[in-house]
Amino acid sequence: MILESVVSSGDTGFAAILSNAAALVVVIPLIGGAVAAILGRGRLAWAWAVLCVLASFILSIVMLSVVLDGGTIAYEMGNWAAPLGIAYKVDSLNALIISLVSGMALLALLFGLPTVEQEIESKKQAMFFGIFLVCVAGLIGISITNDAFNVFVFLEVSSISTYVLVAMGASKNRQALTASYNYLILGTIGATFFVIGVGLLYMVTGTLNMADISLRLVGMGDDRVVRAAFSFIVIGLGLKTAMFPLHTWLPNAYAFSPSIIGMFLASTATKVALYLLIRFLFSVFHTGSSFEAAMFDFVLAPVAVTAMIVCSVQASFQPDVRRLLAYSSIAQIGYMLLGVSMGTAAGLSAALLHLFNHALMKGALFMAIGLAGLGLGVLRISEMRGMGKTMPLTAAGLTVAGLSLMGVPLTAGFVSKYYLVIAALERGWWWAVVAIVVSSVLAIFYVGRMIEAMYLHEPAKHADGSIMKVKTPIMSLVALYVLVLANIWFFFDPSLPLGLADTAAQNLIGGGGS
Amino acid sequence: MEMTFPVDMNLPINLFTIFDMVLLSMLVIVAIAIVRLNSLFSIVMLFGVYSLLSATWFVSLDAVDVAFTEAAVGAGISTVLMLGAMLLTSREALPTPPLRRWTSLLIVTATGIALIYATFDMPSFGDANSPANSYVGMEYMARTITDISVPNVVTAILASYRGFDTFGEVVVVLTAGLGVMLILGIGGSKRAAGTAQLKATSTPEPKLPVTVAGAKGPASNHHVVLRVVAKMLVPMIVLYALYVQFHGDYGPGGGFQAGVIFASAVILYSLIFGMEETRRAFPPGLVRFCSVLGVFIYGGTGLVTIILGGKFLDYNMLDKHDPIHAQHFGILLIELGVLVTVAGVMLSIYYGFAGRYRELEDRNW
Amino acid sequence: MLEFIVGHFNYWVVIVLMMTGLYVVISTGNLVKKLVGIGIFQTSVFQLYISLGKVVGGSPPILEYLPKEYAKEASNYVETATKTAVATEENAIQPISDIGGTIDVASDPLMGVIYSNPLPHVLILTAIVVGVATLAVGLALVVRIREEYGSIEEIQINEAEYKQEAGGS
Repeated sequence: MILESVVSSGDTGFAAILSNAAALVVVIPLIGGAVAAILGRGRLAWAWAVLCVLASFILSIVMLSVVLDGGTIAYEMGNWAAPLGIAYKVDSLNALIISLVSGMALLALLFGLPTVEQEIESKKQAMFFGIFLVCVAGLIGISITNDAFNVFVFLEVSSISTYVLVAMGASKNRQALTASYNYLILGTIGATFFVIGVGLLYMVTGTLNMADISLRLVGMGDDRVVRAAFSFIVIGLGLKTAMFPLHTWLPNAYAFSPSIIGMFLASTATKVALYLLIRFLFSVFHTGSSFEAAMFDFVLAPVAVTAMIVCSVQASFQPDVRRLLAYSSIAQIGYMLLGVSMGTAAGLSAALLHLFNHALMKGALFMAIGLAGLGLGVLRISEMRGMGKTMPLTAAGLTVAGLSLMGVPLTAGFVSKYYLVIAALERGWWWAVVAIVVSSVLAIFYVGRMIEAMYLHEPAKHADGSIMKVKTPIMSLVALYVLVLANIWFFFDPSLPLGLADTAAQNLIGGGGS
Repeated sequence: MEMTFPVDMNLPINLFTIFDMVLLSMLVIVAIAIVRLNSLFSIVMLFGVYSLLSATWFVSLDAVDVAFTEAAVGAGISTVLMLGAMLLTSREALPTPPLRRWTSLLIVTATGIALIYATFDMPSFGDANSPANSYVGMEYMARTITDISVPNVVTAILASYRGFDTFGEVVVVLTAGLGVMLILGIGGSKRAAGTAQLKATSTPEPKLPVTVAGAKGPASNHHVVLRVVAKMLVPMIVLYALYVQFHGDYGPGGGFQAGVIFASAVILYSLIFGMEETRRAFPPGLVRFCSVLGVFIYGGTGLVTIILGGKFLDYNMLDKHDPIHAQHFGILLIELGVLVTVAGVMLSIYYGFAGRYRELEDRNW
Repeated sequence: MLEFIVGHFNYWVVIVLMMTGLYVVISTGNLVKKLVGIGIFQTSVFQLYISLGKVVGGSPPILEYLPKEYAKEASNYVETATKTAVATEENAIQPISDIGGTIDVASDPLMGVIYSNPLPHVLILTAIVVGVATLAVGLALVVRIREEYGSIEEIQINEAEYKQEAGGS
């Protein structure tokens, strides 16, 4: 069943919503953000935001079900056929990403309301939720489009909204301002490099539609302009993905942003940028040429391994919890890049699976830390002492997510690390296996620090000796446990993400660009 | 219109090339001057000069719409915002230590060499048969005649063929406006005594700009000439903005340029008559609402076309009997949305910066 | 050789400008000057796009001739840059060059006029506006940073942050 066949019959009403799902999944949060900005009260804006994101999530699930049946969704904006108009495409690579972004946005909103009410001035809350919706729309817009310049426009939509959202942490800590400014400078350099790459591609192919570019690039792997375009696009997107050494903006941006934003960005922003990188590397450029193969082996793989080890070490020495998790994220992105650099379907499939699992893990971790911040004012690991007794549910959730990050069996993290190791062995990269093991040991160390503080230390006590128990909002706990249980569920039944990852990898590497 | 210069384009070096080279060298000189200077005031003004030179160069490259936008947005609004920020922060920049200078030079040279390496395979400048100039781009020229039938093909592409990109762009503008509102506020009516804004710091307060109306408010008798001339100019500028808006289908112009020009009329008014008067004429609440209204108009047009049975932003649905008329109607609507949002956002950004100013006597400037 | 240089020096100069802008961004420690550098960098990228769209002997991509049946709305306006062509027969167009005969829309809709490529212009229009949006947010941040830290030099701000972190632990 392919939805596009329904569109041509010009239907109205409910069927129109379904057949235009590809457009509406972006447009609803986009216009919704504008509406939220003029709603006066924070709670009202929040409720409206939940509604918009829920609609977007439902539409993304509908599209996901179409893709799982084996179909592809194609949509033309304004009814102009590509390459004259802008085309959208949903296939096995991005269907899950779109659902991930909208799903994480929904969970972030459910989790984050109490934190927003504490951290953001009340008269700014409505505009805050408005810009949040715009950010969600931007991220989905990047994931779903098939037009190279449209990628840039929505990249900037999501980036500018992110700079503003990160800066909103300034009421807690003025360092959010410099973090946001640094992110702005580096992000704009990255976006401009990306635009240079797209311009070079346009110079050589004459079109902006990504599928069309791919067709026209056949046999041009040795053209200097194509090589330059490849390099610029990789560097530009690498900056957004926090590829080492272009990652310096990330730790401060995650550490000082409002809790809801830290959680949302950690689980979506870099994932979408990585998806985009994969899309360009395999779907647009043809990896058959020697230049690209050399890039993978001699640039991407070493960079990935360096990120995995160096950033895990840096994570181990951070006293600030959120910065620790941020460095851990950069290391985990190193895992994904390692899978990509292998150039095999197995490696790419493992990378995509880890992309999905990491979003679940980090989302849960940041939620738990956000709740700890709300209830106990936690900023550093030393302040987490005794959380096992004062906030037992949150601590338990944090522990499970931490175990998943370590890659312990019975959690989703184990599955993706397992497949990554298998893929490395198939490729013959023994050193990669060693690197994976080393960084996993480091992960045990830095997650272990948190667990140790929570369970093996005594918490602060009241004057009469009884323990200060903290009440955590129910909705936030529910959102947290959705992710925690997902971490466990996807160990026992990884068929959904794994199946899609395998299909996508086969299409991208087997066919050589689709 | 025939070519602008009476040249023989068959010669490799002709009048056009010389004009090109002269403009490019001026651009390089300005860029290098910006690198070497440490006075922020000069740097900002030179940036305005750079934008204006680029706009001139764009005209010589036949990019008239782009030149218009670069002049209005780059040389106009950008320079205004930078001057505002500079006046609120600092007039001087510290020189860079040598180590940082040399490492930056190294990185930049490496990137430059990579790009120049790529130019050896690039199509020749002005080649009509390059892949870029012989495929999709030129197909728009012929297709516009039958599909949309507006003379300005750039507007046709911007508003219709690639209208969704423009929608994203309008949302970017709105987000920037909301962002500046969140970061700087939108300037309430009681901001005249701005001392509360600056935290107590040990550094000397920056010299703040003065509005020409003086500390006593608009009843001052100073600067009669400016006041009279501004009163005459403001309505002309607004009229020009509307002309650019509606004329965008037939010549260079469109919603973005018109919105910026309209905002500059209001900014001129506020420079001469004071922020109090301006806030009375254009209350911050109204400005904020207008910023959002444009996105509603634009997105609303797209949603209406879905309801009418087409795809998002499929203008042909607006008038099923006459597609060309439908296209014109659709373009009119979305350009209106663009105008309203851009004018609203530029004004709200200006309000945000101006809200941090204090009113000072002329002699303290 | 001369042809090659003339055909490519545009690109070389634009690349020099790009690198100058990038140099300003990464070398300076002043926050406002960094944003100026970003502005120069972006404007130079726009110049690259526009120069690849130029066609020698071309005019701006504004149609000069519209066939009569498509020109009904245009003909309500007096517009000096657009000439609505006079039709000698029902749907034919009178050419003004000496190509001879009448040309109908199907064979050469552009009627022999050479235009420059409009697509890069559209892309750059969008990019210019996105650039100024980024600049506005960046400048707002700089103003707030100045208010919070009292300085817009990276060196002084980093010192202040280091003291804050070290003192607060």
